[in-house]
Amino acid sequence: MTAQGRIVWVSGPAVRADGMADAKMYETVTVGDSKLVGEVIRLTGDVAFIQVYESTSGLKPGEPVVGTGNPLSVLLGPGIIGQLYDGIQRPLRELSKASGSFIGRGITTSAVDMSKKYHFVPTASNGDEVAAGNIIGTVKETDLIEHSIMLPPDHKGGKLSNLVSEGDYDLETVLATIDKDGQSVDIKMYHKWPVRKPRPYNKRHDPTVPLLTGQRVIDTFFPIAKGGTGSIPGAFGTGKTVTLHQIAKWADSQVVVYIGCGERGNEMTEVLVEFPHLKDPRSGKPLMDRTVLVANTSNMPVAAREASIYTGVTIAEYYRDMGKDVVLVADSTSRWAESLREMSGRLEEMPAEEGYPSYLASRLAEFYERAGRVQAAGSPDRNGSVTLIGAVSPSGGDFTEPVTTHTMRFIKTFWALDAKLAYSRHYPSINWMNSYSGYLADIAKWWSANISEDWFNIRSETYGILQREDTLKEIVRLLGPEALPDEEKLILEVARMVKIGLLQQNSFDDVDTYCSPEKQFKLMKLLVDFYQKGQQALKEGTALSDIRELGVVSSLLKARMDIKDDEMPKLEQLDKDMQEQFKSISGVKVSN
Amino acid sequence: MTAEGGVQYSKIAEIKGPLVVVDDVENAAFDELVEVETTEGERRLGKVLEVGNGKAIVQVFEGTTGLSISGTNAKFVGKVMEMPVSKEVLGRVFDGLGRPKDGLPDPIADKFVDINGEPMNPEQREYPKDFIQTGVSVIDGLMTLVRGQKLPIFSGSGMSHNLLAAQIARQASVVGTDDDFAVVFAAIGVQYSEAEYFRRSLEESGALKRSVLFLNTADDPAIERIITPRVALTVAEHLAFDLGMHVLVVITDMTNYAEALREISAAREEVPGRKGYPGYLYTDLSTLYERAGKLNGRKGSVTQVPILSMPSDDITHPIPDLTGYITEGQIVVGRDLFRQGVYPPINILSSLSRLMKDGIGEGSTRDDHSEVSNQVYDAYSRSQEVRALAGIVGKAGLTEIDLKYLELGDTFEKEFLTQATDENRTIEETLALMWKIVSKLPKNEITKIKDKHVEKYYKEE
Repeated sequence: MTAQGRIVWVSGPAVRADGMADAKMYETVTVGDSKLVGEVIRLTGDVAFIQVYESTSGLKPGEPVVGTGNPLSVLLGPGIIGQLYDGIQRPLRELSKASGSFIGRGITTSAVDMSKKYHFVPTASNGDEVAAGNIIGTVKETDLIEHSIMLPPDHKGGKLSNLVSEGDYDLETVLATIDKDGQSVDIKMYHKWPVRKPRPYNKRHDPTVPLLTGQRVIDTFFPIAKGGTGSIPGAFGTGKTVTLHQIAKWADSQVVVYIGCGERGNEMTEVLVEFPHLKDPRSGKPLMDRTVLVANTSNMPVAAREASIYTGVTIAEYYRDMGKDVVLVADSTSRWAESLREMSGRLEEMPAEEGYPSYLASRLAEFYERAGRVQAAGSPDRNGSVTLIGAVSPSGGDFTEPVTTHTMRFIKTFWALDAKLAYSRHYPSINWMNSYSGYLADIAKWWSANISEDWFNIRSETYGILQREDTLKEIVRLLGPEALPDEEKLILEVARMVKIGLLQQNSFDDVDTYCSPEKQFKLMKLLVDFYQKGQQALKEGTALSDIRELGVVSSLLKARMDIKDDEMPKLEQLDKDMQEQFKSISGVKVSN
Repeated sequence: MTAEGGVQYSKIAEIKGPLVVVDDVENAAFDELVEVETTEGERRLGKVLEVGNGKAIVQVFEGTTGLSISGTNAKFVGKVMEMPVSKEVLGRVFDGLGRPKDGLPDPIADKFVDINGEPMNPEQREYPKDFIQTGVSVIDGLMTLVRGQKLPIFSGSGMSHNLLAAQIARQASVVGTDDDFAVVFAAIGVQYSEAEYFRRSLEESGALKRSVLFLNTADDPAIERIITPRVALTVAEHLAFDLGMHVLVVITDMTNYAEALREISAAREEVPGRKGYPGYLYTDLSTLYERAGKLNGRKGSVTQVPILSMPSDDITHPIPDLTGYITEGQIVVGRDLFRQGVYPPINILSSLSRLMKDGIGEGSTRDDHSEVSNQVYDAYSRSQEVRALAGIVGKAGLTEIDLKYLELGDTFEKEFLTQATDENRTIEETLALMWKIVSKLPKNEITKIKDKHVEKYYKEE
């Protein structure tokens, strides 16, 4: 029995309705004559407290509230990839057909085109005993996505019958029926899943495989694993969004879910305009063929912002269950936390720090815990992962504020953006002294097995140079650079080269925007070699100025932009040039 | 704005700060427009903030001074607050609630529009990329403004932000087009003289007839300031998206707006966020700033240049902080440069235009623009470090290359940054000055510019 009540009170996105004794917590309801979408977030007697996902302007006490009987759910099936959804999975393209350039209210649309036909290839057979999560067939969703049709992960299972043969079917076609205990359940290409409930899986694995992003400071210095968690906090103007866009563009995952949560409208437009033209470096297909966007921009209703995170992560888990690696990027979790704060304030709950509700930390923990590399439920055996990366927008750039500090407790990779670096146009402005990665030890094994056994040593050496520079800078600040001996000046010089030639990366440069692991390693190795050769040369009496003025210096600084990923021989040549040039200044004859 | 019809109630339960609580109300809607009538028959406008259980909380824009429990009537108008719009508004001056202030009658309206607007569908936005030449070198060269962008000026009390905003409004043009343009100016709680300066500046340049002014000056009711930017943006959207004009909206001073919002929040006894500002300040500001943009299939655009004064020049104060998270960059006016008499005193290191990358380059400015601007930023940043170092160790402790950077910093400020308020530089002139600065460096210090551009434009002195 669904609840049918009346509005008794309205204030912003919060509505109270009475006559709601039959309503359930987190049930979706339609609110008012214009049938706005809302969700029950508190029940007191027969009064339901409802957060409304659309603007409540003009809503009056006395208007009806009707329960749907269902929790807030997303529709999972082919057609999701390439979409731009709002926070409750309404396709914005469809909304514009109904209300034009601006977002209207009370519009209901289907999340995917239910009448579109996909070519279904069965992989199971009639008579098979099937269980929750089993794959019964596949369809080609986009050029990049082979979409598995699975039994919902809470399905009771049974005997498969009436399985259709290979052919083109739309989403409403019954593909098979499953019989158990005399009952028969239809299987279609889609099912629904409540967004606040994590999708079950068989087993969790440790995240040990790196998620390669093509961004040197991330992959080489502060890597994240597939199925891991990361956070990128930074004041405005530090390049959060650009870094997240870079990850969404170049990460070696099969699916990317990008959530614009309370951020700028134009940023979503940028992704929409840009991604169809960008090619995935591994497959050569348009990036949009693997991307789903969830946009609840800052000026869209605040309650739907709260839901957008869950909508996104549920979609990510769905593709994970097909055995895919999924990256979910949420920009920004601070705006999500603010929507919690706003609703909490309207509920008149006792606030904790800075007005945030006391359950902020547990909500963040629940969200990040939905990351992971897992063995999916059902057969065939398959492993998939959801990597969660959340931006944090700390007020005043202060990392001690509640959202940043709580987030740090639940994530393992921390990319701290630094306003000072951004001001001097050092991008990405990830501060190498404050950032960390908890996956480094595991991921080093991958680099060692796939790129070079030397990787960990060379990385440590490079990082050591940066750490020593950090200490030396203090001295320079007090005494000036001339106070240092040449060996230490060389460290400053090489650190500068590491910063410009390796850490900095120009997202808007065609070559530099993505860097292969091989090139990352080689660039780093060249810089370490330069340092060692420089040390040697100084010992042999060469002047520091001679080292500084070597032609190879500027080539090393520009190699990231000048040499493409597939031009590795040029880097070898650069290596040779460096050897030659050092020999020429040290006065040592070229030996055979 | 007038209100006809509606239901009248006279049972006032409470008056506190800007709020009036009306009892025994039936049929009032959230956000509905209310006319409050005093004993003397004076009418004030307000809107419903909260309604339910027979009570309505009404926020009175013109303040509650002189209202009494017994003699006040509240009329619920049956619609949300609307602004009459048409092309007739051009050349007119309105008060902070959108009522004529120039002694002329109400403009003839094509339609009445809800002043809160509706959020633009991100899917229907057109990504802004048309370069606007403001004629101010530091903006055009290093923090380029594009059509449909929201780029605020972060300033402090007493500095020359108004001069700069007026110069942008006078000079802004898109090279090679003669599209229809308009200026919408909203003064929020500023001194009369500041608003008047802006009006005169538009008048002298002949732009007044293409402008619409909304004036809420310092002596006008504070709560009215919640409405001023909304009526201004409603008019701007009409001019842009219904009439196809390119509209530049200048709003000054957003700090006064946020303070009015805080006043209401405090009166409602809401749980405050930082510095007493309401927790929804970010969301509220975004409903203003996000009204900038361009739309697919429509000719016009709304470009916003909001001005805000940072309390104690503190960029981490909630108002600039939350603004910066919403807007597409910021132009920061620096106290040090201002004291040195530099105009425009823009601190480039903390300034930024996020949409610059798409508005510049081949076809709009020049193919070397992005690289040379990166190099100038890098070099100026380095010059500032050296300057700080020189303050401690003296010039004698600097290396030769450091000295070059020191000199570069001076050239930057004197020749590139500094310009007259009526000096309108073309983008070519601006780029030439940028190369002049970069050419102060030896070639091996140039790490952000591709060799082909260095060969073409680098000129050693």
